Amino acid sequence: MANAAAAVRPSRNQKKKSHIKESLGSCIFDVVDVIVILILMLIVLVPLVHVLWASFSKPALYAAHEGLLLWPEGFSLESYKAVFRNRNILTGYGVTIFVVVIGTTLSICLTAIAGYVLSRKDVMWNHLITVLIVFSMYFNGGMIPFFLVVKGVGLNGSIWSLIIPTAVDTYNLIIMRTAMAGVPAELVESAKLDGANDWTVLWKIMVPLVKATIAVLVLFYAVYNWNAWFNAMLFIHDKAKEPLQLILREVLIQNDTSSMTAGSDTDAYLISETIQYATIVVATVPILAVYPFIQKYFVKGVMVGAVKG
Amino acid sequence: MKDRKVQKGSGGNAAVSKLTFRQRCAKDWQKNKLLYLMIMPILIYYAIFKFGPMFGLSIAFLDYKPARGILGSRFVGFKHFKAFFTNYYFFRLLRNTIKISLCSLLTFPCPIILALLLNELKSAKFSKVAQTVTYIPHFISTVVVCSMVIVLTGSGGAITQILHALFGVEEKAMLNNPSYFLPIYVLTELWQTLGWNSIIYLSALTGIDQQLYEAARVDGAGRWQQMLHVTLPGIAPTIIIMFILKMGKIFNVGYERVMLLYNDATLNVADVINTYVYRQGIVQAQYSYSTAVGLFNCLVSFGLVLITNKISNKLNGSGLW
Repeated sequence: MANAAAAVRPSRNQKKKSHIKESLGSCIFDVVDVIVILILMLIVLVPLVHVLWASFSKPALYAAHEGLLLWPEGFSLESYKAVFRNRNILTGYGVTIFVVVIGTTLSICLTAIAGYVLSRKDVMWNHLITVLIVFSMYFNGGMIPFFLVVKGVGLNGSIWSLIIPTAVDTYNLIIMRTAMAGVPAELVESAKLDGANDWTVLWKIMVPLVKATIAVLVLFYAVYNWNAWFNAMLFIHDKAKEPLQLILREVLIQNDTSSMTAGSDTDAYLISETIQYATIVVATVPILAVYPFIQKYFVKGVMVGAVKG
Repeated sequence: MKDRKVQKGSGGNAAVSKLTFRQRCAKDWQKNKLLYLMIMPILIYYAIFKFGPMFGLSIAFLDYKPARGILGSRFVGFKHFKAFFTNYYFFRLLRNTIKISLCSLLTFPCPIILALLLNELKSAKFSKVAQTVTYIPHFISTVVVCSMVIVLTGSGGAITQILHALFGVEEKAMLNNPSYFLPIYVLTELWQTLGWNSIIYLSALTGIDQQLYEAARVDGAGRWQQMLHVTLPGIAPTIIIMFILKMGKIFNVGYERVMLLYNDATLNVADVINTYVYRQGIVQAQYSYSTAVGLFNCLVSFGLVLITNKISNKLNGSGLW
């Protein structure tokens, strides 16, 4: 820090001379900055808007269109009807919602408990436990041993294989521990003098005090659970138990829209691309709809986690 | 009671250390019984799902057959490692893994630059909107992002059409062309992670002491100089930590993304160690061999973290540990 201040000192003499030039440079800087950010925003938004418009377009008109859509080509809900004709999408939605709700609840409870215990001082084994847990973040058994362990405990093929093996995320646990360690010890002590035990202190005092962090971690776990597909590919072998993302992979990447397209082959060919777009919209809208409402929490929460260690 | 303990400080510690280890354990258990009971399920979780696989790595040295279990399987030493190192695909996998990682490492400064640009914006409102927009892709699943890329760069995809009009790119599925795989992969990753990865730098930026900027201004530093001499040194520790963490992931390149984007036509440039592990281990059920490959991968990653950490400790004394 001191170096930084010292390093700019030589320019003091030039202050007067370069004053006008600098303010001009500063202006150019501002303009370029805004332009670059605007371009970035366009790069993010244009593909998304294209997907949205394409999903509402008439398949035949869309097929004839060249380049990115700035407006839907005709208007048709045909693609959406086709998406919802696919029963797998609906069951996938059900599975995903189950995993998001139950999985996130379980994760957040376990993370809160572990975060609380590990944030206590004067607990003899805490240091060792923390070291082991952090170690598991940098070194892990890898895909195949993990697969065999989950199979070994009998979760293979069960919907719980999408919840239990990934229940606690170490990084989130550390964020929780850091937040709880920041709560003044007097609050906990005084509650204990009133006869509360650690379990009551955790839920009655600690959780309300760190609720901003908890909101962020709920978001992290929920987004993870909503987007996860790899473990489902490893452990789920029954179409009825596949989560949405795995179904999406079949529809979108392995290009299997056969269950959704009815009628002649050319129709199927024309409609399949707009179906893919409609599927993307159906799968993405829920999480994007929630996102603006929780955004104000996570910037704060990430800051909590940004504290080293 | 607590106050007294704190006051005594070292005196109290001396008294504690006089107790034997067993007595200390007993005392600790008496005091913190409930805490230990509370964390028990989490310890069991870690033992099974995090440390279980670590012990499971031992099958890399066995001819593991699920029916016989770990103890009943034959010990074969480094047979599987030798098989991998002499495998026809070994160099291809190593080359692809390193190439893809290094290319995605090139994008490492991008979120830092974005954070700086967002930080320099005059209008707080515009900055907020820009943040909201650039974070969006993080919330779109990898499956969806990759499928968007596949559709948009397909034979009739919008991106293909635009590139055809501008640069005369052939109107065929771009992801079937091996020379396009790497740029598409890196850009997809960048599109999805750029905004989100900038958050951590943004929050580091808010931690910089404003007085430093004032001091710099008094000294006549322009915006550019302030950025160079105040802002960058201020977020340097965060940059270093993120860089070390990134090094640890080098050999674990986003294989989910690779798996979603590659196909038979691009296997030659896209197949990385982890996708190979998946095909050998899960699809073909060669558990021991694929675990050996995974272990090799894991050790190299861990080694890279250690080396980077050491170097950064030497250079400026701020590493992970």
